[in-house]
Amino acid sequence: MTAEAPKPLEPTELRTVAHRRFDDGRGHRFVYAQSSAAILAIDPLSDRLLDAFEGEGGVAHEILPRVEVAADETSSDNRAIDVQKHEALRDLVDLGLIRPAGEIRAPVADLPPMPFPLATLVLNVTNKCNLSCTYCYEYGEDKLGPGTESKARPMMLDDTARESIDFLFESAGDRPQVAITFFGGETLLNLGAVKAAVTHAEELGAKHRKRVHYSITTNATLLSTEVIDFLTSNRFGVTISIDGDKDSQDTHRVFKSGKGSFAMIEPPIRKLIAVNKERNGRPIGARVTLTREAKSVLETYRFLCEDMGFDEVGFAPVTADPNRDYALEGSHYDGMLSEFRTLAEDFVQAATEGRPHGFANLNDLLRELHDGVNKAHPCGAGLGLLGVSTEGDLGLCHRFVESDEHSVGNVRDGLDQVARTRFLKEGHVDKKSECSTCFARPLCAGGCYHEAQVRQGDPSAPNLHACEWIRGWTDIGLSSYARIMTQNPGFFARFESA
Amino acid sequence: MKHVVPLNKKARRIAAQVQESRGQARALTLELPPNEYPFGCTTIFAPGWEVDSSGGTHGLCQPIERDLYDCYHTCYWPAQVPDGVTNAPSWTSSCGAPMNDWKSIDLVFP
Repeated sequence: MTAEAPKPLEPTELRTVAHRRFDDGRGHRFVYAQSSAAILAIDPLSDRLLDAFEGEGGVAHEILPRVEVAADETSSDNRAIDVQKHEALRDLVDLGLIRPAGEIRAPVADLPPMPFPLATLVLNVTNKCNLSCTYCYEYGEDKLGPGTESKARPMMLDDTARESIDFLFESAGDRPQVAITFFGGETLLNLGAVKAAVTHAEELGAKHRKRVHYSITTNATLLSTEVIDFLTSNRFGVTISIDGDKDSQDTHRVFKSGKGSFAMIEPPIRKLIAVNKERNGRPIGARVTLTREAKSVLETYRFLCEDMGFDEVGFAPVTADPNRDYALEGSHYDGMLSEFRTLAEDFVQAATEGRPHGFANLNDLLRELHDGVNKAHPCGAGLGLLGVSTEGDLGLCHRFVESDEHSVGNVRDGLDQVARTRFLKEGHVDKKSECSTCFARPLCAGGCYHEAQVRQGDPSAPNLHACEWIRGWTDIGLSSYARIMTQNPGFFARFESA
Repeated sequence: MKHVVPLNKKARRIAAQVQESRGQARALTLELPPNEYPFGCTTIFAPGWEVDSSGGTHGLCQPIERDLYDCYHTCYWPAQVPDGVTNAPSWTSSCGAPMNDWKSIDLVFP
């Protein structure tokens, strides 16, 4: 560039728009743009410009002279300084970080072209369980629909499982791959339906030239040698609900008698992991439910990955009526965030040294940050994903399947497109005005529909009780991203091809 | 961009788009002699499209009736004059010199 002074911008009022600025702990500054989910490294001048136009903003020719220039940027040539400021401002305007005040946000499409092809079907093959985990949402206050009074059949019939697979293939459009997730209750109580579905899906997959990906969530109490062989030979992605070592597991994950389940599940889990490694299977994950008395997240992670051999561990805060004594409240979320921060440190350390790390929540978040995901809807429920009840009724996801109020058809008669479209329009992030200025909006989009239904009686309401938690967690993701990016950018190559 | 570095995939795509658009938009007057000329009525100075200093049209160097043909001949502008290409090819046939006999132009009803 020559030192040709750019023409002053039109005297438009400019204003810094919603974003998050953060650093890598080494003095480098970054910005996450809310409107686009772009992440950029910024120089000190850009950082000060974002400050200068924050709030009310103003016109460039009034604000720019007030922007300080640091000692190392000082030049005796005032015109050169002026050019620098204008160039930096122009970059920020073009990148959407400083915009004309009152600029109307570009219209966002309500919905992708409908009917949107289905990618994933979650089969609730049973709503029975052989454990009586004390925090289970399946029987608690937040169970939608009739709950324990349910007249629904406890086990999905093999025929219903096959009809579900038919429905998935009919609804998947041109997708080269479909995914089937088996869920419960305790899923393996109805191994018959799982097998019936897999056999049928293999036939249809071959016929329609679609790859089929299976996953299952189980409590591991029924992992016999035969089941392990079945899961690993069909390359299942297996998620095991486990809360950690014996103490942690036996606090809530108990049999009806109150006896803890750890002693029963430990040997088969170790066997599954060993067989899966031999067969070079998909990663096996642990899913930990965090309650207020949960142990250190780092300790739990170390136990599950290093001792038990899990490939990854995901942590989820318990969803519960706030009156329950294990439920999480404000201060618990703070504690949990600091636990997550500690485990994120461990992740960043590994990533900068080029080692993989199994903290699934952060891995997922970093992938979304790296892609620049900007969600119109918080998740794929009702869009690419649907849940099926034991009776074959369709729900937005597995947590809505037995709620008549949220029914969107059944696998025999097909999807109720009107109900689906109505729900998706209501659930669109643009309808959630509270989210409009939040920097975490591209990733959160208002949060879980089910949680919103339980807490506020409306699945399309934003989960305002979780905002601080979500923003805190997004901050952890952003600073981890920046630190890995400056110290080992090659780490993100794993997210490039996918 | 000297002051920012795009890091994630989205930022890289946006920055590439910005760079591309910067390459495309430039003032033609900066290139002397101009090697491209714009085309279309909004890019040329055509007296007769405005009002004079009194707010009327008498002082203009071309009478306002000339506008009819500016729209019609050099620029397809169907909102102002009949579409002389497909729907009303002969709407001015009764009028030889519009500055003198523009009143003889027929009305055209869509």
